[in-house]
Amino acid sequence: MTEPAVLFAWCATLLIFVPLLAALAVYLVPGRRFGGALCLLVALGLFVPLVLASHALADAGALHFAFGGHTAPLGIELFADGLALAMLWLTNVLLLAVHCYTNSWLRQAPAFRATEFRALVLLLWSGLNGLFLSADLFNLYVMLEIVTLTAVPLVVFSRGPVALAAAMRYLLFALAGSIFYLLGVALIYAETGLLALRTLSPEALMGPAAVTALAVMTAGLAMKAALFPVHAWLPKAHAVAPSPASALLSALVAKAGAYLLVRLWLGPFATIDSAILLQGLAAVGVAGILYGSLQALRQSRLKGVVAYSTVAQLGYFLLLLPLASLVAWQGVIYHALTHGLAKTAMFLAAGNLIRQAGSDQLDRLAGADRFLGGSLMAIALAGVSLAGLPPTGGFIGKWWLVAASLEAGQWWWALSIGAGGLLAAGYVFRVLRHAMQEPSEPTPVPDHERVTPTMIWVPVALALASIGLGFTGDLLAPWLAIGAPFADTGGTP
Amino acid sequence: MTGVYAALPLWVVMTSLVAALAIFALGESRRHARVAVNLAAAVLKVVLVAILLVGVYLGHDFGFRVTLLPGIDFVLHADSLTILLSTLSALLWLVTTIYAIGYLEGSPHRCRFFGFFSLCVAATMGVAAAGNLFTFFLFYELLTLATWPLVVHRGSAEALRAGALYLRYTLGGGAVLLIGIVALHTFTGTTAFRAGGSIPPESASIAVLTIVFLLLFVGMAVKAAVVPLHAWLPQAMVAPAPVSALLHAVAVVKAGAFGIVRLVQDVFGHDLTAHLGMDHVVAVTAGITIVYGSMRALAADDLKQRLAWSTVSQVSYIGLGIGIGGPLALIGGLVHLVHQGLMKITLFFCAGNLAETHGIKKVSQMDGAGRRMPWTMTAFSLGALGMIGLPPLAGFITKWYLGTGGIETGQYWVVGVLIASTLLNAAYFLPILARAWINEAPADATVGEAPAMLLWPAIITALFAGGAGFLAGMPWSPLYWVEFIAELYL
Repeated sequence: MTEPAVLFAWCATLLIFVPLLAALAVYLVPGRRFGGALCLLVALGLFVPLVLASHALADAGALHFAFGGHTAPLGIELFADGLALAMLWLTNVLLLAVHCYTNSWLRQAPAFRATEFRALVLLLWSGLNGLFLSADLFNLYVMLEIVTLTAVPLVVFSRGPVALAAAMRYLLFALAGSIFYLLGVALIYAETGLLALRTLSPEALMGPAAVTALAVMTAGLAMKAALFPVHAWLPKAHAVAPSPASALLSALVAKAGAYLLVRLWLGPFATIDSAILLQGLAAVGVAGILYGSLQALRQSRLKGVVAYSTVAQLGYFLLLLPLASLVAWQGVIYHALTHGLAKTAMFLAAGNLIRQAGSDQLDRLAGADRFLGGSLMAIALAGVSLAGLPPTGGFIGKWWLVAASLEAGQWWWALSIGAGGLLAAGYVFRVLRHAMQEPSEPTPVPDHERVTPTMIWVPVALALASIGLGFTGDLLAPWLAIGAPFADTGGTP
Repeated sequence: MTGVYAALPLWVVMTSLVAALAIFALGESRRHARVAVNLAAAVLKVVLVAILLVGVYLGHDFGFRVTLLPGIDFVLHADSLTILLSTLSALLWLVTTIYAIGYLEGSPHRCRFFGFFSLCVAATMGVAAAGNLFTFFLFYELLTLATWPLVVHRGSAEALRAGALYLRYTLGGGAVLLIGIVALHTFTGTTAFRAGGSIPPESASIAVLTIVFLLLFVGMAVKAAVVPLHAWLPQAMVAPAPVSALLHAVAVVKAGAFGIVRLVQDVFGHDLTAHLGMDHVVAVTAGITIVYGSMRALAADDLKQRLAWSTVSQVSYIGLGIGIGGPLALIGGLVHLVHQGLMKITLFFCAGNLAETHGIKKVSQMDGAGRRMPWTMTAFSLGALGMIGLPPLAGFITKWYLGTGGIETGQYWVVGVLIASTLLNAAYFLPILARAWINEAPADATVGEAPAMLLWPAIITALFAGGAGFLAGMPWSPLYWVEFIAELYL
């Protein structure tokens, strides 16, 4: 068991299959208590393979493992580098938090279909872990489908025509995205006969078929990731879903599409380095940052603000394409981690607001620190992190991205990042401004009983974690650099 | 033990930070515990800063360093400039805490108020003790975040509007500053503070350095309320009086002015700044701000608004001194960092007393105020006369050094600015004093002093302000310390 690759294979297998089996168990064994306990157990237990896999990667660098010794192109390979590792950790931490929250949240919602909800979340989890560990185009497709088909039903749990319409729209976008992506995979397979990312040679991917494939795959993944301008499904679906589901959709599911996009463009297609194309894609990303932020500034509901903020924050992923340096790579991963923690904190806190004030209308927040202290603190801390103000994880990500822009001589992206941060501060402080307002007439303090201490502590802890990331930049930098597709330029100069 | 002693700047910052967290944790209802934490932290901070002061004077090295990002360190240190700002803040924080406890007696949200109040001071201490521009920026932004809840504390529509304007300016300035700092680090490889400048020669082209300087200057100038980036300051006076006192005297505008000092003296160094021609940019914008702010103060009837415009004007004396260069002007600019703080906090305390005790908020309501509140108005008069620059009060010392500094370096226009400013200062302060002491009070006016917790802080700061002028030649006066600093840069 000392061989890092073998250790890694065991860990990866557990990460994918334990949630899958747990989903089955939750579905088959009745009882809410059992389901809640099992979910927590899985979330805690999976930290073991995660820690072991991290050590394996630290020892051996980025790892490939072929199941049953059948290597690509015939067998199925698993793969992990710093990016994958970061996403796996984020997934596990967020799922632990969401399960803790959900267990408490469900106690007040006897009519909620807890079993189905938990089973779907576990399946989603398995799909996400699989996606982050997969190393060939077709496996990635399968995992992407599992993620999509478990994510869409989560929206419907809110019941009612609005939720159904939002879920339908999400489903249509997601299926269109799948078709585009699959078309790309088919084209590449027809052209080269290969699927594994590492066997796809750059020479084979230069022809018109490969370029077409990249174009359709990018379009499909953009739909899944809700990148501007194909984001239309996201704000509605994320705003209407039950709060724990909104958190997962925003923090992880949308990011999965962006993750794959980065993998393709910086992996087998890295040779397509037409400056105009890359600059254009990043410009689309910036347009998304601006558009999402401006929309977030106009929302009247808290969850609407948070959902549009996701559209904005996903745009940062595309900045990595033209910058293409280790500093930018670390910056984008850091941004993804912080965003995941902060966004989850915000959605869960919004869930508390809905519980206590009856709705997440922003004007219900007036005088909210009387009854919403902890949740409001979570929103404020997470918001500060989203806006990239120091000393938070968002600030570290922003610093790296600005540094990468200036090092590459592309100062216009530095300006865009600055503008994006300001707009984010704008919508965050707009929410807080409502909370600082003195209510015009004394409103009755809502029912305290409906929110348990756990439901307050989970978002607060996540928000604090997103701030804590502001102090671990030096510590995590070497982990993020494992297997990065760029040579180490010695960190920042 | 030596490690603990050397990390003293960290403990100075942590005192307020821990106090802030403790106050948040105590909650709204535990009033006595909150007052105890507040006062204990304020007193402890004065003691720690006093130890630091003596240590720096004796030439001890203070420093604390953690690597936060590859190649970028979080550095706290203590040099003589650090002491200038941190002594001022520590003393005035203690006084302002007492004032604020009295001022907010019985009002809601005190837990929130005092928590952010402490956080604000922690940030100011960090600004003072930062050992490089990166660390400076962390605290500079923290200061913005910590002051916003104080500005909007009252929760009225007007306060929220002022808060939004405040954030728009300060966060915008912060974004510009961030890009400037990253650019500085990318192109020159350093953001450290070192007397005489830390940028290695020939590290970047003149054009790049000029752009970087301008980015950094604009980022600092927003908080220092340099025209045309000043609009937030007169609006922010809707905040409660102790907050205005803090914003105007020690925290926000001082952080900006202090940043300009660090930028010119410790990052670029005065020689490189002059080589880029940027010293004139600093001096001329400061000169324009001085005259413009005074003119706007003339037109304001609201007392706090008049004081706010006066701050816009007076804080730029610091920038003027830095921009002119030369030993005398440098002393004049730096010493005004302290002088303006002492005088302006006195004036704001008094304005708060007038409003709280008798509801006097406008200059036009001040007839006979001297007889209604003799002690408060005595303190006010001392501050106002100091601002005008009546010899031998603190403002005179500043103006004397700035004027002679201007002549020394051949920049005679500075004298013109100082004369214009003094005349304008007199024109907007003397009518207030005339109304207060000469005019009769209205027939139905109430007479009575403010409660002790509001009155004493004003008297104490007035005495400090008077002492800074009368005793300027004595050891340990602000002037004495600034001369000690100036030796470093010459």
